[in-house]
Amino acid sequence: MMNKTIVELHEELKNNKVTSDELVKESLEKSHEVQEKCNAFVTILDDAKGSNVTDDLLSGIPFGIKDNYSTKGILSTGSSNTLKDYVPFFTATAIENLMSHGCIPVNKTCMDEFGMGGTGTTGHTGVQKNPWDLTRMCAGSSSGSAAAVAAGVYPFATGSDTGDSIRKPAAFCGIVGYKPTYGMISRYGLFPFASSLDTCGVLTRCVEDAAIVVDAMKGKDPKDMTSWDSSNINLYKDLSKDINGKKLFYIKEIVDKSNYKNLPEETEKHLDNFMTTLDKLKELGVEVDAVSIDQKLLNAIASTYVVISCAEATSNMSNLTGFSFGPRGEGNSYQEQMKDHRTKGFSSLIKRRFVIGSYVLQACNQDRYFKNAQRARRLIVDAIKEQFKKYDALIMPVGTGHAPKLDNTDKVTDDELTPLDEHLQIGNFGGFPSITIPNGFIDGLPVGINITGNCYDDQNVLNIAYALESSMDYKNQIAKEVK
Amino acid sequence: MSKYYVTIGLEMHCEGSLTNTKAFSSGKNEYTEEPNCNVSPVDMAFPGILPVVNKKCVEQAIMLSTILHARIPEYMYFERKNYYYPDLPKGYQITQNPPEECVGNGGYIDIERADGSTFRVDIDNLHLEEDAAQLTHLYDTSTINYNRAGVPLFELVTTPCLHSADDAITYLEYIRAIYQYCGISEADSKKGQIRCDVNVSISDDPNTLGTKVEIKNVNSFSSVRDAINYEIERQSDLKDQGRYDEVEQETRRWDESTMSTVHMRSKVDAIDYKYFVEPNIPRIKLDPNWIKEIQVNIPELPYERKEKYMNEFGLSAYDAGIIIKEKPTADYFEKCVELGMDPKTAANWLCTQILGYLYQEDISINEFYLTPELMNQITTAIKDGVISSKQAKEVFAKSLEEKEEPNTIMDKYSIKQMDNDSELLDIVIKVLDNSPEQIKQYKGGLTNLFNYFVGQVMKETKGQANPVKLKELLDQELAKR
Repeated sequence: MMNKTIVELHEELKNNKVTSDELVKESLEKSHEVQEKCNAFVTILDDAKGSNVTDDLLSGIPFGIKDNYSTKGILSTGSSNTLKDYVPFFTATAIENLMSHGCIPVNKTCMDEFGMGGTGTTGHTGVQKNPWDLTRMCAGSSSGSAAAVAAGVYPFATGSDTGDSIRKPAAFCGIVGYKPTYGMISRYGLFPFASSLDTCGVLTRCVEDAAIVVDAMKGKDPKDMTSWDSSNINLYKDLSKDINGKKLFYIKEIVDKSNYKNLPEETEKHLDNFMTTLDKLKELGVEVDAVSIDQKLLNAIASTYVVISCAEATSNMSNLTGFSFGPRGEGNSYQEQMKDHRTKGFSSLIKRRFVIGSYVLQACNQDRYFKNAQRARRLIVDAIKEQFKKYDALIMPVGTGHAPKLDNTDKVTDDELTPLDEHLQIGNFGGFPSITIPNGFIDGLPVGINITGNCYDDQNVLNIAYALESSMDYKNQIAKEVK
Repeated sequence: MSKYYVTIGLEMHCEGSLTNTKAFSSGKNEYTEEPNCNVSPVDMAFPGILPVVNKKCVEQAIMLSTILHARIPEYMYFERKNYYYPDLPKGYQITQNPPEECVGNGGYIDIERADGSTFRVDIDNLHLEEDAAQLTHLYDTSTINYNRAGVPLFELVTTPCLHSADDAITYLEYIRAIYQYCGISEADSKKGQIRCDVNVSISDDPNTLGTKVEIKNVNSFSSVRDAINYEIERQSDLKDQGRYDEVEQETRRWDESTMSTVHMRSKVDAIDYKYFVEPNIPRIKLDPNWIKEIQVNIPELPYERKEKYMNEFGLSAYDAGIIIKEKPTADYFEKCVELGMDPKTAANWLCTQILGYLYQEDISINEFYLTPELMNQITTAIKDGVISSKQAKEVFAKSLEEKEEPNTIMDKYSIKQMDNDSELLDIVIKVLDNSPEQIKQYKGGLTNLFNYFVGQVMKETKGQANPVKLKELLDQELAKR
């Protein structure tokens, strides 16, 4: 049953083919199975029960919550030892909104610690394995959510996206990952990583489900000053496959094979597959152009992201001292206790990022690093927005190919590939709505394609994804172990 | 007085105590002795919380900025000041920086000294921020009270433009009055609502500044005065001895117990606060119409009241200056006048008896038992000739002592002037009848024996005789003898 879409499940529930309790039970059983294989969950809510089935599409349907959403009475760790026993007393607005539709959380999903890291390997409960190939990573940081949705635990799980944390794991797990416009979903109750980039979103197996879930999560929240009123936007209701006449662009410097000196075979196939997908769009009446963006700006994406995200992260996580919550550190002074809490609590990756963040914010370095990164961010966003005057959306391949091995033995790391690997961060720089959908397989492993539009233009982005998804065969796929 | 040229700059932090909620959270903003009861998740920085700017605080900041003739920016903009301390739950304070981005940039305010002369204080900036929690250090442990965490805090920074501790205090007192008059804060240092940082330097000539020494966390105006004077003396002594190079650019703190300043940290150890934009608060465009509306509604300010008291009520500049110093005092005064009390009488009572009593008891006028209505019972009794002004003081004291209304006290102790003619006449005749010897001497030229007769009658009447009437009757009866 759990391989079905939200609309299909709703039909089954309404026609009494299945009860909400049965769905929850199945989802919980599946959770334990996937936990065994992929280590996808921090918490499985074994005493979850079904709920009343109403006309609401989401009523009675189980789902997963990324562990960086604050959930009242439910352990919420952000996959960090600093919060390993933290049970919040308030629920994130996005989750409250969702649950008001009657859907039932059945687990909290693992992630890279506080959303930092793109591998799904840095959480305090261990590594998440890709359900398509358990020797490979899911990517992160929404690794557990991606693994669970791909493995068919439930039709959707919430995610959060600061650089590509929804959209890359979606690609590596062969599912849909949607990050709406910044501020469409309240961040109140989302453990922050980098506040100016953090966006709540969802992982599903089809565009339709992504629209349904974000419709339920979104809304202006008096507790989040960056949220905005989207009550006139009805993503699911207004979904349309008619994209005839739309104009898309891709960034020539990143996608053009001729631009690379040493293109790995896998990446070459990935780029070829991207071009094949574009042909499908053209068949739908869409114009797709190659657009040139200054290579200097493209090369600056990754470092701009590192500087801004690390700076905000080091400040955002200064509340984790172990005084009013989290395990109290040992020591004879408050400094020693803080130090002990943070030394024991954070993984080395996070500590490294704190050092970077702290360094770029120092008065003597701030102009050279932080302020420059802010300028670069503005220039990159302006360059893309300039194109949005002419084009409906940006379409790009996600990453350099499929999911890498967990031991990282199969990937070529080459600086010239960095923009290809990191360009999704543009979506966070601009707060743009951005969705990844699966567009095929390379060596038997799923890969994804991404569509990014201008702020507030979520409907357009979803419609393009919806139409494209329908023209391909990768909708609603459940991970089949390939090895 | 130092023979050197003294330059002082002040940073005054004043809590906004009169909003319903805190600066960036929905936590209740109310002073209370009970710890940790006015706390929201935001105030304790639980994971996932976000700040929301309290519009009322922005309104108050704009009002202050206008009074200080400061430039109000087009947008409200907030930054984070990052440092680790157990009283700072988020690990950063939301504040405003740099000065150009603050709610008040530049500006000035003219201050009147008690002698009527004036001086101008130049403002560097006014910014809106949030207070930290309150730490109490006990013998081997410390406690944290989060009631104060997130309470609105206005920080007003002057340029180094003041030259004496007296001027510094006069300025601070006036600013405190503005906070009170504008309904922004009770500005009560006993509740820890006012805290100052003081910068002091000395030099040989007015055109160069000496080495600046900062004294942090001075928590009352009298301490500000003491700290400034201590620091002037300390620096002057070193300079006198040719050891001015030992005056270091440093941060010191005021130690109440030793009445001295103590080294905290040197400039080289200054904390890098890593200021950067608060990403959770978008730049907020300030609507010019809203600003105008705020400016039109600025309440009557202390100096405006002072002028009114002098021109309309005929008070001296000195009395008027004392009365306006704290809004509750001025409000008390105005209430008295409104009740029909003679303004000068009211001012006299206030400036002598009442403020003296408050000082002695260390209470505020709001805690004072004799409300304007009750004071009016006393002044009305004087005016109607029921009691003498001497008796009035007795009623005042007994009333405060027993917490009973003056009218009740007057009844209870039969404090009243005897001005029933026949009754008083009987006593006068009786006293004269008993003093044949003194009358003889009086008639013989010892006219100051008149006071003896007055004394005797007062004794008989237990001080209740109306002195004017008594004098009349004595004159009349002595003439008959």
